[in-house]
Amino acid sequence: MENELRRLKKTAVQVRRDIIEATTHGQGGGIHVGPALSATDIVTALYFKIMQVRPEEPWWEERDRFIISKGHAYAVLYAALAEKGFFPREELLTMRAINSRLQGHPAYHKAPGVDMTSGSLGNGLSCGLGIAMAMKKQGIAHKKVYVMLGDGECQEGMVWEAAMAAPAKGIDNLVAIVDHNHYQSCGCLDEIVPLYPLDEKWKSFGWHVMEVNGHNMNDIVNKLTIAREFSGKPVCIIAHTVKGKGISFMEHNNAWHNGTCSEEQYAAAMKELDEQEAAIEAGMM
Amino acid sequence: MRQFELEKKTTRDAFGAAVFELAKEDPKILAIGADTTGNLGMKDMAKEMPDRVINIGIAEQNMMCVASGLAATGYRVFGGSFAPFISMRSLEQFRTFCAYPHLNVVMAGGMGGLSAANEGVTHQCPEDLSIMRTIAGNVVVYPADTASTRAVVKALGKHEGPAYIRLGKFSFRKVFDENYKFEVGKANILEEGKDVAILACGAVIYRALQAADVLREQGIQATVVDCSCIKPLDEETVLAVAEKTGCVVTVEDSTIIGALGGAVAELLGENLPTPMKRVGIKDCFTESGDLDLLMDKYGIGVQDIVDGAKAVMAKK
Amino acid sequence: MAVLTNKQESIEMRKVYCETMMEMAETDNRVVALDCDLVSPIGMSDFRKKYPARMINCGIMEGNMAGVAAGMSARGCIPFTHTFSCFQSRKCVDQLFLSAGFADLNVKLVGSDPGILALYNGASHMGLEDMGILRNIPSMILVEPSDAVMLRAVLKQVKDTHGLHYIRMNRKNAAAIYDEATKFEIGKGLVLKEGRDVTLIASGMMVELTLKAARLLEAENISAKVIDMFTWKPLDEELVLKSAKETGAIVTVENHRTETGLGMAVANVLTENKAVPLGRIGIGNVYGEVGVLPYLLERFHMTPEDIAQKAKETIKRK
Repeated sequence: MENELRRLKKTAVQVRRDIIEATTHGQGGGIHVGPALSATDIVTALYFKIMQVRPEEPWWEERDRFIISKGHAYAVLYAALAEKGFFPREELLTMRAINSRLQGHPAYHKAPGVDMTSGSLGNGLSCGLGIAMAMKKQGIAHKKVYVMLGDGECQEGMVWEAAMAAPAKGIDNLVAIVDHNHYQSCGCLDEIVPLYPLDEKWKSFGWHVMEVNGHNMNDIVNKLTIAREFSGKPVCIIAHTVKGKGISFMEHNNAWHNGTCSEEQYAAAMKELDEQEAAIEAGMM
Repeated sequence: MRQFELEKKTTRDAFGAAVFELAKEDPKILAIGADTTGNLGMKDMAKEMPDRVINIGIAEQNMMCVASGLAATGYRVFGGSFAPFISMRSLEQFRTFCAYPHLNVVMAGGMGGLSAANEGVTHQCPEDLSIMRTIAGNVVVYPADTASTRAVVKALGKHEGPAYIRLGKFSFRKVFDENYKFEVGKANILEEGKDVAILACGAVIYRALQAADVLREQGIQATVVDCSCIKPLDEETVLAVAEKTGCVVTVEDSTIIGALGGAVAELLGENLPTPMKRVGIKDCFTESGDLDLLMDKYGIGVQDIVDGAKAVMAKK
Repeated sequence: MAVLTNKQESIEMRKVYCETMMEMAETDNRVVALDCDLVSPIGMSDFRKKYPARMINCGIMEGNMAGVAAGMSARGCIPFTHTFSCFQSRKCVDQLFLSAGFADLNVKLVGSDPGILALYNGASHMGLEDMGILRNIPSMILVEPSDAVMLRAVLKQVKDTHGLHYIRMNRKNAAAIYDEATKFEIGKGLVLKEGRDVTLIASGMMVELTLKAARLLEAENISAKVIDMFTWKPLDEELVLKSAKETGAIVTVENHRTETGLGMAVANVLTENKAVPLGRIGIGNVYGEVGVLPYLLERFHMTPEDIAQKAKETIKRK
């Protein structure tokens, strides 16, 4: 387990490197870097520990599925898929550029491994619900559908339509993960429309609710494992996260909702990530 | 061929600034956004008049019905989000709760046409004009640049009823100055020529003018019309230029079914059958990329307009 | 080729819908039906009885239904979703565009009570612009069957063709037009009657009224060609242009707003290829209202007399 966690943490550092690389040297202009970094540890745990997927056979029928309903965090999905071997890492630099398979927001079937289109907020949980219902019918209910929602996204009414419908339809192969980084495009969620009590809301809709420190790999793996094995109810994991996590000048700074790194910023960010990797190796992180 | 300079500000900035100007004169004006007030250039207004700028959160459908409620209580509401979320996500709410009761709600779509560029298909919206045109009694406008956006907002501040205005994500080319005149339902003839009429709206008007330059070098005289007000269409002007030139090309970074091209085809078909070519996006899903490159790739290049003009002239 | 029936009967479309859905469900276990709380209004109670697990009532959640259907399709099901035409278009165009259209999935939409057929439900429930809205989804195929024989055939073709289809459907009684021998092909219009002076192009419930209009014209020695253009998208451009050449004038007849409707689709083809005079029958730049069908037809100038009058005016403009 010790080794496994170290491996996952190092993979998360590599995913962050990929994101920063694209944010600096990508051909497609600005990248939504902050919302990708807050989701990085969870997406890494999903693809490298929890989910069963086959990069060499991306449309394998019996795979677990992942929908990044907060589609503007495409960068973390693309980076994780590249690291997992779905497509070459160099292709990440084409994200959002013309003629790329890595569209400005994820496009189903366009790039290998993208399980559903997203980008218009509020839709992903309903799509996940449909996939979960169909998987039940097809006798592959032992596999799960993981849907990552933004916390701001939970302001969309349709999220709650799906939240209401899932338990009513007897669905327990659906896991919603709320990336609760407290920021949305225009600022702090709490100052715009707060969601509290978020856990009580999901509970009252009939979901099994857990909370997780979205940057503690041990905690993440633990909660995602429980979610994977859970039956009888759909599961919602509220992940407490930091927007821009991992790069000090981006953390808690909503200016990095979407941006491009200068070469100086790039060097500083990469230095921090190298230090993190060294700390992980030394067992300090 | 004339060159047009890229503006420093976006039409979104111009929109918010113009709403702020209006709000200073008219206490009945409110602004609303779905986590988009910042994106629509309303930061200054929010700072100075915090109680008159409402950020309802990421909930477009809710925003639309809240706007309808505010307007039904006597306010003039200027709001918006990105074009797909106004024209599609909250279409029902705009149509049935703002337009059907004929309320003073002006909604802006902030990434209309191809202007969302690298954001990709989910945020681009070549179909917003076409969809918003399906709504009875609606006004649909697509200004070319910041100066014309300001004039459009000012005019809509006095207009009774609903309206949709398409804005761009990135800067557009500067075509007009502060003397730009806008009136709901009126087109502006920019240049007169006897051989072909080119009707354009919004961010591609400059390309229509450039195409006219190319044609002129080849001895072809084009009329160029600014048709930024797509609904109601200035039928009189369109029919007059069609009659005079005998052939028409429409140009837009919109779907060729239903937007400006569709509107002009309806008008000409029913009144003055005239050879016509619709230059625009040919009913397909586009992709991410730089705005200029996208326009070229998806058939709205200057050469596409020139070719279209020659093709319709040959059919006269 | 169209073979017209001699039977003077009218058939309840929803009954045929349910029968056909049951037939298809029996032979193809991928078929599922989804609804937003309108299972009995669309006549699917028997289906629900026979296949309880394959009739999913999503509740009053149109956007959610569209997303769920896309998800089910991604797992190989063939979902048929139903709600009123107004909601099928206005309330879920965003979800359909992205989750079904752009994702290139296999989702079938049925929209009932199209246009003024919402009758007593009034303007809020009148899908006068459903086709105009859904037309904007690039991969969308739009069909409006005119009678029970066609509905049955179209449903089967739609099931067996991958993609996003919208079936605009009168759920109540529709006059019988076709004999069982008629072959239908999505994307191909049907010529119901040849003529020399003008071509009348209609779909759905307007086909019956247009045939009546052609008879009125006949009595005045005007020879009208009649086309059932049940596929609005992709439009049978070849047939439109051929008819424009033959008759030199066209009138479109639709239970929809002419702006962005069938009239526009035909205008697009004509102006770019063969500019001939065009007249359009349908609803103008206004909202619907409550009423019985004869009243509404008169109110919006859609009666056989109105169609005949429009044909005469259009012929004059040749």
